[in-house]
Amino acid sequence: MDISKEKMVEMYTIMSRIRMFELRVSELFAAGKIPGFVHLYAGEEAIATGVCANLLGSDYITSTHRGHGHLIAKGGEIQFMMAEVLGKKTGYCKGKGGSMHIADVALGILGANGIVGAGPPLAAGAALACQYQDKGAIAVCFFGDGASNQGTTHEAMNLATCWKLPVVFIAENNMYGISSCTLNSMCVPNIADRASAYDMPGVVVDGNDVMAVFEASGEAIKRARQGQGPSLIECKTYRHRGHFEGDPCAYRRKEELEEWKEKDPIPRFEQKLVALGVMSAEQVREIQDTLKKQLEEAERFAEESPFPDVSELMSDVYTA
Amino acid sequence: MPTMTFAQALNDAHKLEMLRDPNIYVAGEDVGIYGGIFGVTGGLLDQFGPKRVRDTPITESAIVGTAVGAASCGLRPVVELMFVDFIGVALDQLFNQAAKMKYMFGGKAKIPMVLRATCGAGIGAAAQHSQCLEAWFMHVPGLKVVMPSTPADAKGLLISAIRDDNPVVFLEHKMLYALEGEVPAGDYTVPLGKADIKREGKDVTVIATAQAVHTALSAAEKLSADGISVEVLDPRTLNPLDEEAILESVRKTHRLVIIHEAVKFAGAGAEIAAMVAEKAFDRLDAPILRVAAPFVPVPFSPPLEKEYIPSEEKLIRAVKTVMES
Repeated sequence: MDISKEKMVEMYTIMSRIRMFELRVSELFAAGKIPGFVHLYAGEEAIATGVCANLLGSDYITSTHRGHGHLIAKGGEIQFMMAEVLGKKTGYCKGKGGSMHIADVALGILGANGIVGAGPPLAAGAALACQYQDKGAIAVCFFGDGASNQGTTHEAMNLATCWKLPVVFIAENNMYGISSCTLNSMCVPNIADRASAYDMPGVVVDGNDVMAVFEASGEAIKRARQGQGPSLIECKTYRHRGHFEGDPCAYRRKEELEEWKEKDPIPRFEQKLVALGVMSAEQVREIQDTLKKQLEEAERFAEESPFPDVSELMSDVYTA
Repeated sequence: MPTMTFAQALNDAHKLEMLRDPNIYVAGEDVGIYGGIFGVTGGLLDQFGPKRVRDTPITESAIVGTAVGAASCGLRPVVELMFVDFIGVALDQLFNQAAKMKYMFGGKAKIPMVLRATCGAGIGAAAQHSQCLEAWFMHVPGLKVVMPSTPADAKGLLISAIRDDNPVVFLEHKMLYALEGEVPAGDYTVPLGKADIKREGKDVTVIATAQAVHTALSAAEKLSADGISVEVLDPRTLNPLDEEAILESVRKTHRLVIIHEAVKFAGAGAEIAAMVAEKAFDRLDAPILRVAAPFVPVPFSPPLEKEYIPSEEKLIRAVKTVMES
């Protein structure tokens, strides 16, 4: 495995940062401080982290309604994310987007997205721009099992192969589109099985194993960078929370959640790194303490930030 | 000034802009080898090659969606939807993605793209290849909507649309492609949001779009024989709408008739009429009348289609009605 210890510690730190952010957002939502909908990524952190560990600042990602993890992994700063989630002026989108639309094009983040299946054509377009400009950048499309059944996803994959676009499709299969189980919504057992229809490599990985995700996506990203076209990687995972906060999850068995919590990607990776001697137990505590402080600071920044002035309502509709 | 058809003028605009800016690419169904089913993109593939002129599969969501993605990453796509009626297949990428990204992202995105499409009835193409859907696009904040009526405007507006940093829906009425007219050579722009008086008059303002501009000009000629002086105003872009030019004309003539080919109910004419009623009601000497298609899908059979399209006779009747009140 060609990866430095520092890189592994960094990946552990990012996963932990995502988890901590999500659990705090959950508390803030329950406290009535967050308007609208929030969809949390807790349980799926290994995917965004493993994939983005292979990306450069100049690469692009498209995200989903469950996007906080992708954003943090691609370099999004939690104070601006928290401010956006709370609808504050200092947020990534000046409070105009909220949780479902956080974006920072300068970081290569083309936005979380409220429409399931909207991302794949956008990612193919970003990849077209990368190919056209020939600067070696690529695009990654995160999408879920729900989006895998949308026509847009199929159109994007077909065109990506026709045009040999440098794009990697990362399917995050958490088994449920709100309440619809993939056993009923998909006609094949694996999203990756569909890759053969688009003449691209398709692999299934354990989405709760960050190193497995890192390696598989690394291969696909290398292929894309070398001009060999798109790939599809399916990461099997599970969301610890409901579809959105407030979802009673009556459609899932409690035991199922407990089984998946046994496979929680963060303790798994932590134990592995400690066992390998990459991190000490003390280092783990230090990382957790630092993250906690950073999150508290981010929350304080967000809380103390003003809401946008109503004079902001009409700006940013058009580019002058 | 050279004479060319509406289609040739659009072609000229593509070529000039593609020579000027290497970030412009053209994509769509049959835009390359075929040259566009109405000939608008003819010769582009030979001149600019397959990297910049891309024949696509029949995949409207991906045509529009890749344009949005590419535009957000620095390219300037000019994509063709072929018939505007096909927008239903791709609508999310236009109205939820292209139109909203800038706002949702707090201003930190720019989507400079043009979506060209042919619209309108008149060739027996029936209900799914003949609609005028401009009101749909007008209703979406973030989009601009352009609808030219002459070859010169087609060229000047398309060049402006390509240079605009916003998503622009550019609607070409299919009965206009063969229309000939004088077109300024070389670089020529018509600003978006600027109406044009196609014929000056003093008794009644007729606001007309696309093919209906020619219906209005012909009606105006006939009405002048009856001593009625008609001013024909073409908004040219429906969003932004040149409200000031419209109000100025109405303040002069005190009468307004609006003609467009889209169905009357909730059409562009409803917005224009409401705007004039809100801002210049006291200047009107007669109720505002609209001449537009009935609330029905576009029919196929020639006599039905002819009845569907707002006619010169109906416009003349409407003008005479407002003159009498």
